[in-house]
Amino acid sequence: MNSSFTEIYRQGKLRLQKWYVPLSDKEKKKITRELVQTVLARKPKMCSFLEWRDLKIVYKRYASLYFCCAIEDQDNELITLEIIHRYVELLDKYFGSVCELDIIFNFEKAYFILDEFLLGGEVQETSKKNVLKAIEQADLLQEPQEIES
Amino acid sequence: MALKMVKGSIDRMFDKNLQDLVRGIRNHKEDEAKYISQCIDEIKQELKQDNIAVKANAVCKLTYLQMLGYDISWAAFNIIEVMSASKFTFKRIGYLAASQCFHEGTDVIMLTTNQIRKDLSSPSQYDTGVALTGLSCFVTPDLARDLANDIMTLMSHTKPYIRKKAVLIMYKVFLKYPESLRPAFPRLKEKLEDPDPGVQSAAVNVICELARRNPKNYLSLAPLFFKLMTSSTNNWVLIKIIKLFGALTPLEPRLGKKLIEPLTNLIHSTSAMSLLYECVNTVIAVLISLSSGMPNHSASIQLCVQKLRILIEDSDQNLKYLGLLAMSKILRTHPKSVQAHKDLVLQCLDDKDESIRLRALDLLYGMVSKKNLMEIVKKLMTHVDKAEGTTYRDELLTKIIDICSQSNYQHITNFEWYISILVELTRLEGTRHGHLIAAQMLDVAIRVKAIRRFAVSQMSALLDSAHLVASSTQRNGICEVLYAAAWICGEFSEHLQEPQQTLEAMLRPKVTTLPGHIQAVYVQNVVKLYAAILQQKEQAADVQAAQEVTQLLVERLPQFVQSADLEVQERASCILQLVKHVQKLQAKDVPVAEEVSALFAGELNPVAPKAQKKVPVPEGLDLDAWINEPLSDSESEDEKPKAIFQDEEQRHAKQRPPEADEQELARRREARKQEQANNPFYIKSSPSPQKRYQDAPGVDHIPVVQIDLSVPLKVPGMPMSDQYVKLEEERRHQQRLEKDKRKKKRRERERRGTRRHSSLHTESDEDIAPAQRVDIVTEEMPENALPSDEDDKDPNDPYRALDIDLDKPLADSEKLPVQKHRNTETPKSPEKEDIPVMEKKSKKPKKKEKKHKEKEREKKKRKEAEKKPSKEKKKKHKKDKEERTKDKKKSKKKTPPREGVAEPMENGALDEDPLPPMSSYCLLAENSYIKMTYDVQGSLQKDSQVTVSVVLENQSSSFLKSMELNVLDSLNARLARPEGSSVHDGVPVPFQLPPGISNEAQFVFTIQSIVMAQKLKGTLSFIAKNDEGSTHEKLDFKLHFTCTSYLVTTPCYSDAFAKLLESGDLSMSSIKVDGISMSFQNLLAKICFHHRFSVVERVDSCASMYSRSIQGHHICLLVKKGEKSVSVDGKCSDPTLLSNLLEEMKETLAKC
Repeated sequence: MNSSFTEIYRQGKLRLQKWYVPLSDKEKKKITRELVQTVLARKPKMCSFLEWRDLKIVYKRYASLYFCCAIEDQDNELITLEIIHRYVELLDKYFGSVCELDIIFNFEKAYFILDEFLLGGEVQETSKKNVLKAIEQADLLQEPQEIES
Repeated sequence: MALKMVKGSIDRMFDKNLQDLVRGIRNHKEDEAKYISQCIDEIKQELKQDNIAVKANAVCKLTYLQMLGYDISWAAFNIIEVMSASKFTFKRIGYLAASQCFHEGTDVIMLTTNQIRKDLSSPSQYDTGVALTGLSCFVTPDLARDLANDIMTLMSHTKPYIRKKAVLIMYKVFLKYPESLRPAFPRLKEKLEDPDPGVQSAAVNVICELARRNPKNYLSLAPLFFKLMTSSTNNWVLIKIIKLFGALTPLEPRLGKKLIEPLTNLIHSTSAMSLLYECVNTVIAVLISLSSGMPNHSASIQLCVQKLRILIEDSDQNLKYLGLLAMSKILRTHPKSVQAHKDLVLQCLDDKDESIRLRALDLLYGMVSKKNLMEIVKKLMTHVDKAEGTTYRDELLTKIIDICSQSNYQHITNFEWYISILVELTRLEGTRHGHLIAAQMLDVAIRVKAIRRFAVSQMSALLDSAHLVASSTQRNGICEVLYAAAWICGEFSEHLQEPQQTLEAMLRPKVTTLPGHIQAVYVQNVVKLYAAILQQKEQAADVQAAQEVTQLLVERLPQFVQSADLEVQERASCILQLVKHVQKLQAKDVPVAEEVSALFAGELNPVAPKAQKKVPVPEGLDLDAWINEPLSDSESEDEKPKAIFQDEEQRHAKQRPPEADEQELARRREARKQEQANNPFYIKSSPSPQKRYQDAPGVDHIPVVQIDLSVPLKVPGMPMSDQYVKLEEERRHQQRLEKDKRKKKRRERERRGTRRHSSLHTESDEDIAPAQRVDIVTEEMPENALPSDEDDKDPNDPYRALDIDLDKPLADSEKLPVQKHRNTETPKSPEKEDIPVMEKKSKKPKKKEKKHKEKEREKKKRKEAEKKPSKEKKKKHKKDKEERTKDKKKSKKKTPPREGVAEPMENGALDEDPLPPMSSYCLLAENSYIKMTYDVQGSLQKDSQVTVSVVLENQSSSFLKSMELNVLDSLNARLARPEGSSVHDGVPVPFQLPPGISNEAQFVFTIQSIVMAQKLKGTLSFIAKNDEGSTHEKLDFKLHFTCTSYLVTTPCYSDAFAKLLESGDLSMSSIKVDGISMSFQNLLAKICFHHRFSVVERVDSCASMYSRSIQGHHICLLVKKGEKSVSVDGKCSDPTLLSNLLEEMKETLAKC
């Protein structure tokens, strides 16, 4: 469904990006650049959707961060907004009122959360509780090892 | 070891971790690039270390850098190393890095197959999960094929956590490997009713995605989904299901009828906007698919429109936007229901959000009618004036043109109005769409004959004020309209009021600043005008005026001759010569006007844009075939370039057509007309509208006269389109009055009649008669044009491959490729052989990268080599002796040889002498007639069967036929004979052998016990036939079944190998052979090849090897090389087998 990716940036800087279609680095960069320009050029009161190539871009701004999804023509924009919102909620729960720095310094965690929430561009778990549980358990698995090493 | 660990962790303390890196980058804002390149150098150092923790840390940092846009593809191999770490912490990072940077072009990706498979079957659900997540991002067709079966198994995993991931990733697998869809689908369908809601929703997701692309294959699932829809309360799932139904209903209208009710219920009840929106969308889709006009559905449409109105009126911009978007879908089929909300849409045109304004514009497109077109366009024109950004203004411009020109100018009642709108649009500064306006001007002027007079007057005015249009120094797009203006004035010059004035306007020096292609049109049309003026003057016998015009041209044309644009230059010089010639003739008082006009005689008809495409290719015509064979390269080099100076011959050819005499042409024209008249597919242009006026009876004629009076044709200024709006209103009013009068009369007549006319004055579209009786000239179509307008589907659509019938029962051949051991079916499917090779590779990720790359290359070579035998395998061995021995190394039975040859390369000893070619075929028997060689192969599938392949080679000059092979069965080994034959009968060889030919026959033997070698005596009998006659001959042989021949080369991972050894179930035995000079490398290769082992691991001069018997005995070897000696320690579940094997091996080794 989210055929493409979620990414976050602030002032044109990427903080996170995930692609659900395999593309070469060059293409990814080109698309990212184009999108950053388009989305940042939008005025604050504008709606969250825009058509871009043959995709639809759904974005939402949280503080200084823009969360951005590319979806296919037939996909539901509102549910995509919901996905973005839910992801932000997950980050918030995990980090405890998340801020940009959390994502910068723990970017891999942000990815892990995203991976538990979406898989291959599809929502895999609609329950926030379950996502967090899975992350916590995986973290538990990780921590004793970290101490060990 | 312990020291190393300590050292590693100390090292680590000094390494930067991710946080340090991020902080560092933030602190080096000035010289970020430099800082990062420094970091990358450090990372490269870290990656060289053995400590996996250090490596993982390095990879983690790289992943961060990748996000910043740095290339980390060079570290792909290190990422794989980290992926294969046993600790979850590292594995997680490895997979994350892989999912971020691997793509189909990543060459090392194939090395991951085995690692991923291992992780998928890991006991820890998080290992499995992380592998699935990673795989979803970088799955390639190869990975999909190799892992499809593993993932399918995971769909039935005990943990829902794994099940749902496996289900979701299946979609990616289907896309990459469509063959897996049918075998996996039944299980996927099962998951729709999984007890876990997460898994269920995943399955719904996947099936919905599949069905959206190819709905017809999923119709049979509709009842199941219907049940889910009415029972589910999960909005996420509901949205998916409803979307799926949206895709299914166009194929099954009955489904649509059933859906309307539950959907409208949902629309009424739900509070979730996303669900409401989805429902509305699907209801729209359903209603579109149902035959329209069903009264009971107008309520649903009404409901949708109502709800959408609520969305549009909402203060949330997002809802407004989506409301308009959905509205435009309804518009397509139910324009009336939407048109009621015109006020709302027009209101949205004033919205501050541009994207909302654009959506509203889209809607307007469908809302116009004859009645409101002028009004709407007027409103848009005011927006054009107000619009601040050029993009939005351009968008408005194109929309205006779209709206007006849609469906063949259907809504335009007054073309004069439209032309004036177009002219007004030319005043837009900086628009990119000059060519659009120009195209419209041309189109209207050409196709609406009645408007030409008006159009020409407008265009000449435009040409006159060309300096306004093209004034701005930058070349803006709007000057394109001059192209149209010049052409129209030239082509329809007979309508010009003041041709002389226009001519002068077109010859102004300023014109030379226009773009070349416009100048070219100017030059060409100047002559058309000139011809018209000449004719006019000559008819008026105004010789002097005619000469003056000629003089004007002679004076002004040279400015074009100097043009830098070739086209302009060429046309101008031709025409200048022509005009000079005319001047000479005029000086002699010769009338020239007729001849000059003849240059432009005839009328151009519009041709449909796709006309050429629609002409079918005549039977027997191959457009791709060469007419003349292309000249060879060497010839063309010798020749002088032709392009610039064409030779005489070609020039002649060009001149030929005019030579055909007038009569002939006339005859041909007549014939063509005749043919067109008889051809039903030829679309004739409608008769000229002007003629119609004359023919048309009274009432219809009136409006034309009215227009002629009311339109200020002779006023040279630019008309305001608004005037037309007023005029039009008056005209319509007039019309209404007339109609009313007529109606009244009629009513009086039928006063007592049953029919009752509503006194309400509703003016429907049809009531409005257009101002001009304009006939839109149909575009001309070529003869034989195909009526259909088929649009080709995109052949590159990735989803097309998934258009697979899922209801057909599965065939055996469709089973997913399971990881099989190598000898099973190898000859049949060369691709499958890749799997074991990959396993080998991924086992040794510790090797340096360089080596690894070499291996990659080798592997490619090998793959190519592998492909060959598969092609050849069906060819019989009909080659001479020498070729045969060579050929054998490649041919089908040689899976082990490949393994053998491959091994040395794998271990990196590329510089060593390659082994001499090896063959596993050994001599069975030989006499003057025939030579027999054989090889024995077992298969893991059949634990008591071996196949003996015997190559029979005819060494004589006789023809060998009726060959029959027979053996004396032993208790342990028996030849499998055709059913019904006794143990004494032989098995016929299924071919004959002409002199010098060899061929291979296969015989199956059943074996009871395989722990001992054994020999079977046998005979081959045959008839040898030559010139002297035929003789009955036979050849005795002894078939030797060694213990080796019961082994099957089977790869083994080092950890499995270690477990096997630890299990303690194996008995041990060993041998030692002295006097060996061969390199260890080649030695291993020999063992691999001749004894069907595979190398598990090799360290220096020590290697562990593994093989398996057809009856499942594990055989493990430890081969050590000393100075000139080799010792082999073996472990096997059967001591007898082991000792026999070692004996056989000793023999082989002794020969080394």
